[in-house]
Amino acid sequence: MSFLPYAAAVWLFLIGLYGIVTSRHLVHLIVCLTVVQSSTYVLLLAIGYRAGAEAPIFADIPPETPVVDPVVQALTLTDVVVGATVSALLLGLTLQAQKRLGTVNPDEIGVLKG
Amino acid sequence: MRTRKVLFLPAAAVFGFLFVWGLSGLPAFGDYRGPYGIVLAQVAVSERHATEVVGATTFDYRGFDTMGEEYILFAAVLGLVILLRQLREEREDEEEQQSDYDQRLEASDTLRVLGIGLVGPLILLGIYVVAHGHVTPGGGFQGGVILAAALMVVYLAGRYLAMKRVRPVPLVELAESGGAAGFVLVGVGGMIAGSAFLYNFLPLGEPGTLLSAGMIPLLNISVGLEVTAAFVLLISEFLDQQFVKGRDET
Amino acid sequence: MGNLPALPVALPLLVAAALAATASFPWRRMADIVSLLTAVAVTVLCALLLARSASETLVYWYGGWQPRDGIALGISFVIDPIGAGLATFAGLLMSVALLFCWRYFESVNHIFHALMLVFLAAMIGFSLSGDLFNMFVFLELMTISAIALIAHDIGHRPPIEGALNFAVTNIVGSFLVLSGIGLIYGRTGALNLAQIGESLGQGTLDRLVIVAFALLVAGFFVKAGLVPFHFWLADAYAVAPTPVCILLAGVMSELGLYAIARIYWTAFGGVLGSHEAELQAILVGIGIFTALLGAVMCFLQHYLKRMLAFATVSYIGLFLVGIGLLTPDGLAGTAMYVLGDGLVKASLFVSVGILQHLRTRVDELRLWGLGRDLPFTGTIFVVGAFALAGLPPFGTFLGKSIIEEAALDQGYAWVPAFFMLASILTAGTVLRAAGRVFLGWGSVPESDPLSEQADLETEPEAEGARHRAPAVLFVPALGLLLMGLAVGIWPGLGRAAQEAAARFVDHQAYTTAVLYGLPAAQPPVWAPHALMGHGLLYALGSTVGALALALLALFGRNLPYRVSRRLVDVARAGSVRLRALHSGHPGDYVAWLTLGVAVLGGLFGLTLR
Repeated sequence: MSFLPYAAAVWLFLIGLYGIVTSRHLVHLIVCLTVVQSSTYVLLLAIGYRAGAEAPIFADIPPETPVVDPVVQALTLTDVVVGATVSALLLGLTLQAQKRLGTVNPDEIGVLKG
Repeated sequence: MRTRKVLFLPAAAVFGFLFVWGLSGLPAFGDYRGPYGIVLAQVAVSERHATEVVGATTFDYRGFDTMGEEYILFAAVLGLVILLRQLREEREDEEEQQSDYDQRLEASDTLRVLGIGLVGPLILLGIYVVAHGHVTPGGGFQGGVILAAALMVVYLAGRYLAMKRVRPVPLVELAESGGAAGFVLVGVGGMIAGSAFLYNFLPLGEPGTLLSAGMIPLLNISVGLEVTAAFVLLISEFLDQQFVKGRDET
Repeated sequence: MGNLPALPVALPLLVAAALAATASFPWRRMADIVSLLTAVAVTVLCALLLARSASETLVYWYGGWQPRDGIALGISFVIDPIGAGLATFAGLLMSVALLFCWRYFESVNHIFHALMLVFLAAMIGFSLSGDLFNMFVFLELMTISAIALIAHDIGHRPPIEGALNFAVTNIVGSFLVLSGIGLIYGRTGALNLAQIGESLGQGTLDRLVIVAFALLVAGFFVKAGLVPFHFWLADAYAVAPTPVCILLAGVMSELGLYAIARIYWTAFGGVLGSHEAELQAILVGIGIFTALLGAVMCFLQHYLKRMLAFATVSYIGLFLVGIGLLTPDGLAGTAMYVLGDGLVKASLFVSVGILQHLRTRVDELRLWGLGRDLPFTGTIFVVGAFALAGLPPFGTFLGKSIIEEAALDQGYAWVPAFFMLASILTAGTVLRAAGRVFLGWGSVPESDPLSEQADLETEPEAEGARHRAPAVLFVPALGLLLMGLAVGIWPGLGRAAQEAAARFVDHQAYTTAVLYGLPAAQPPVWAPHALMGHGLLYALGSTVGALALALLALFGRNLPYRVSRRLVDVARAGSVRLRALHSGHPGDYVAWLTLGVAVLGGLFGLTLR
């Protein structure tokens, strides 16, 4: 049972990749990219978890209580920001694709071949 | 598509197997032993008077990463501006379109009242979260997003023009750049104070109070400013697209 | 040393923010001047770091957080000659690119310059960092700015696709890196490279370490552009504005390889040391395969930028061979080769940019003969092609022969032959293009529909055709080429590279310098590389072969069909299939990426236990 979070991370990664590979709509592709990203969040946070520990905020708990790992939370925060920005940029590209290419289906874009 | 799946599925299966195989070498879930997190949790309060250790990690111990992260947001918004402004500039005058829009999409009264009612509390909440990032959960990034959401609520309440007036673009751009540069300047302050870049050179105060943890509140504010401005720019660029696109459909 | 290490990153970031703040009040010349000055200043700062790090590895802790009991609390910059050298090189290429922008773009606003400076800061931070997650953050910053820069010419169709493919593939690659980092962190509880190395070295080589290494390497392979992670490269280079191409080809892909070298020697060297031979074989194999595939695809191209992109892929493969030999000499050779090749490649891209500026097209066939009255550009093109082939005394020759020596030392006797083959194909293609464009040689070409479409889609980055290249465009091309030459003949550069490499691979010294503050002594270096006979022979073989191939390609149609018709047909069919694989569809690319990760992971899993 204790392997479940890691298995979830792997599953998310794989299903996200599958979505990207078989996608027929750019927005769907971008959301699948987000799914792959959430797999990394799950992985990081699961690594930092400590059973029976508190959140690492000492405003109201004595300084010696065991807490979960604050470092992975900082890493995940960075990851979230990166994910949001990537999605934004790619969605902007999608808008341009809709306007210039008239389609948001990756199958139909095919300008650069060979 | 079929060849792609034929290529991908076995590869994904092998990849998944390898990934799981590798992950099985990790310590069991819940059994975190690594020294880094434990040491930081022990020293953050005493050394930096910051009760929120994640905030202390993000803005002090690993503050340099956060600077990079802030600039990722900065670069992405700049990129988005390049991508979308050209589309928008190719259109015509927007005032005409606003009246079309207002006629076609009226927000319901409930939405309007709720929206206008929420804006104030959201802004207050956002400022609170930004300012208390070193004491309680939150910080510049989270608070900044809340503040940007407050502006979105103005739009949702059906007042697109009002939203446009509230966010004069040059000012927002200035705010965004100011936030980004502010972080670097605080870091430089650390250098000038005789130590390294991003050294916490301000007085540390009492842990748990608003004015504690040295420069961390400053960095929080700087990041909050940048994130708010960045998301406002981002959302506005997209909204302008949507908006102007509507013109073509009439 | 003071706070010098922080400056090359802080300065461009500050100036970028200032430029973006003034974006609504455009004053174009000011933006050009400011960004150029910043880039030059950054180059000078990095050169200073390079000079100071020549005697000892510099360690700089951000926030003043010194490590305690071997546990690193903060983020460090660890500056040794190879990292500082890469940073200086990035600054140099950026300065040239910004100079090129001066006249190349009709109108480019502050935002472009701001993004270029952010890109520069990211590259420098990446090469100087000593912390694994910090490297990841700068990797992401590089990718994001690059996406925005590649899509700059967004008024046309190809850049959308190119930027999209670049974005999707590289982001998935960076997720692979992040997963690897997560695994390492779970095992060692550290993010600092030296600390990771120490911790892993004390542990065993088990499945977690192997999979983490595979993930990290695969992720960085995507960035570098090795097969089968390379598909995005040609698309991105083909659509990016020329100044951006200079940076992508010269430095960004090479940084992916640098990352692999860095994490191998610093973090994994101890624990993977027992399986050096297997790892060597895998890396060299991948490198050779990439080199050949890239070279063949290069030959099949007619769109000049795509041609150079595949040439870059091929050379990345050769660089990997140098690193994959896992010896200091291989690394030194790669460092020299990267330097020499980056300069020459940048010069070629600038020449292509000049062609585009003056003739508004980039397709070799559509440009047929149109370059006849551009003798200077043509000369640079031809000389650059010869430099690609490894003609002495260019820097490429020096680097290549050091790698070939190292390969022979390690028992890989067949490697130099493949180097020669790859060089012949790529340099020959560039010579063929030069012959067609600048001399009007070759029979009337049949058109290449694939590249023609892309060419027609891409209007010039500047309006209208001109007659003479303004000096500002021409000077960078010439300057870069001369620098590529200088790298080869500058006395002592080869030896400096070898010393730098010897320091790079000494992870014991790295760890003590970073975690315990003890200065790292300069380890001994083997006898300096002398100009071995076979190095010259291979170089000559490459040059002559390239010339022969170009002539054959240009005039071969006139020769009677001595070679069996069937062979030609098979070759043609094969090339069609190969080109079809590079379909421009992101889903395909990600599928290949998954295959690559699976194969790489499988190979590591089977051999490294």
